[in-house]
Amino acid sequence: MTDFFISLGMSYEWAWGVATICGILLIALPLMLAVAMIIYADRKIWAAMALRRGPNVVGPFGLLQSFADGLKVFLQETIIPSGANRGLFLIAPIITFTVALLAWAVIPFNSGAVLADINVGLLYILAISSLGVYGVILSGWSSNSKYPFFSALRASAQMISYEVSIGFILIGVVLYAGSFNLNAIIEAQRGHGFGIVNAFGFNLLLFPLAVMFLISALAETARAPFDLTEAESELVAGYQTEYSSMSFALFWLGEYANVLLMCALNAILFWGGWLPPLNIDLIPWFDIPGIVWLFAKIFAFFFIFSWVKATVPRYRYDQLMRLGWKIFLPISLIWIFLISGWLMLTRYS
Amino acid sequence: MIQLIAFWLFAVMVIASAAMVIFARNPVHSVMWLILAFFNAAGLMLLAGAEFIAMLLVIVYVGAVAVLFLFVVMMLNIDFAELRAGFVRYLPLGALVAIILAAELVVAVFAWSAGQIDLASRVAPMTADKSNIQQIGELLYTRYIFLFEAAGIILLVAMIGAIVLTHRQRGGVRTQNIAAQVRRRSEEATRLVDPGVGQGVEL
Repeated sequence: MTDFFISLGMSYEWAWGVATICGILLIALPLMLAVAMIIYADRKIWAAMALRRGPNVVGPFGLLQSFADGLKVFLQETIIPSGANRGLFLIAPIITFTVALLAWAVIPFNSGAVLADINVGLLYILAISSLGVYGVILSGWSSNSKYPFFSALRASAQMISYEVSIGFILIGVVLYAGSFNLNAIIEAQRGHGFGIVNAFGFNLLLFPLAVMFLISALAETARAPFDLTEAESELVAGYQTEYSSMSFALFWLGEYANVLLMCALNAILFWGGWLPPLNIDLIPWFDIPGIVWLFAKIFAFFFIFSWVKATVPRYRYDQLMRLGWKIFLPISLIWIFLISGWLMLTRYS
Repeated sequence: MIQLIAFWLFAVMVIASAAMVIFARNPVHSVMWLILAFFNAAGLMLLAGAEFIAMLLVIVYVGAVAVLFLFVVMMLNIDFAELRAGFVRYLPLGALVAIILAAELVVAVFAWSAGQIDLASRVAPMTADKSNIQQIGELLYTRYIFLFEAAGIILLVAMIGAIVLTHRQRGGVRTQNIAAQVRRRSEEATRLVDPGVGQGVEL
């Protein structure tokens, strides 16, 4: 895109700056729209599984429900509790929201369609997602209220625990792909299964990692059944209890942007990203743009997330910790040994 | 031009937030400024072309170490009057440390202006055709393998030591055996009895 702006007669610096800002807007604005629609989809799927109708009043089929909700919270008053730490209280939702958007910078939407095609893309995502915990801790602490504080402690312990196993799972994928760059990881999946299937997930060595990553993604984004941070029966609404108006909406948007990011990571790391599922050109697979494939995969994973939310009861906190530290961590460690051993035997011998 | 703006942005932010770590009254604010300082230091490393180290700095220090700092500081109930009471008592020691640090800085500046040490280029010449991770990996797993493994063993010993020191066996704790719970079948969990009139059921 920089070349296009240079051809308009700008100097390189200006062209780069304008191109980057355009790229950021091209990702962030559709992402916000996607978040609004995915909240609607979440409620519809949840309702359908509970044999209800879900949102169906605002707009055709209730499609505009999220926008109505957005308008509603926008017009509300921002209430700051009197004992709250004012600055941090207001910064916390901004951190959550910003961090949720930042990680999208390295997500490839098609071959070459990335905002920042960096060598350490996967590490960047790990780094950014480890920042997400600050929004939660700060909101909990600065609210100066018991429930948010408990929720913040729970959330931070949960996110740090599952980041460990996610890190190890990612190493398995990186070993197979031989790169930290997300585009290179997707390219490594082309024809991975017998030259036919474009996905790491069909590899028997990597499939268990794919399952563990899906579950860890649920825990990392604090979705049901791991939504202990906002367990209504115990903690009212967790760290968001004292928030209202736009500051609450920012948490909401950030949470769903994170969920979408995790769905995208699932699709990219294990199921071929923007590649069509099969590497055969019988049907015109490859004429469909990659972005359509990626979005279809993201939505498929989002459907799984919603499905789980609608059907699985909430975990107890000690069970959550047990799953993370006593089951996922040892298995993912052993799997790294297995994968590197297998690669030493077959690829690097 | 862009690099220059970015450099000044990161450099000024590092120094400003490092100063704010000390000047902030609230310890939680101090930790937040510290995190900002880490973050901007990572930015500086990115500018220096060390993207792998920059990412590790964010993942390890911002993502894990600083969270623990924040955890501890949030739980503290700090009495500011008491803190200030110790100021005069600790002043000599603090001044000594400050003087040593300042002297080291001066020495470093003079040593640097006397001529660059090309130690880095001698031990591990940077080549442009390989990525950062590959270069570090090749050095770490060949030339520095023993140091690397020694570091790993020290960390392992430290971890085991911490667990041994803090772990205590508490009696009378009923832990959950999930495998046993899952194995349980209705036949062994329930019992059908038909007690006669006036007779109880023995459990």
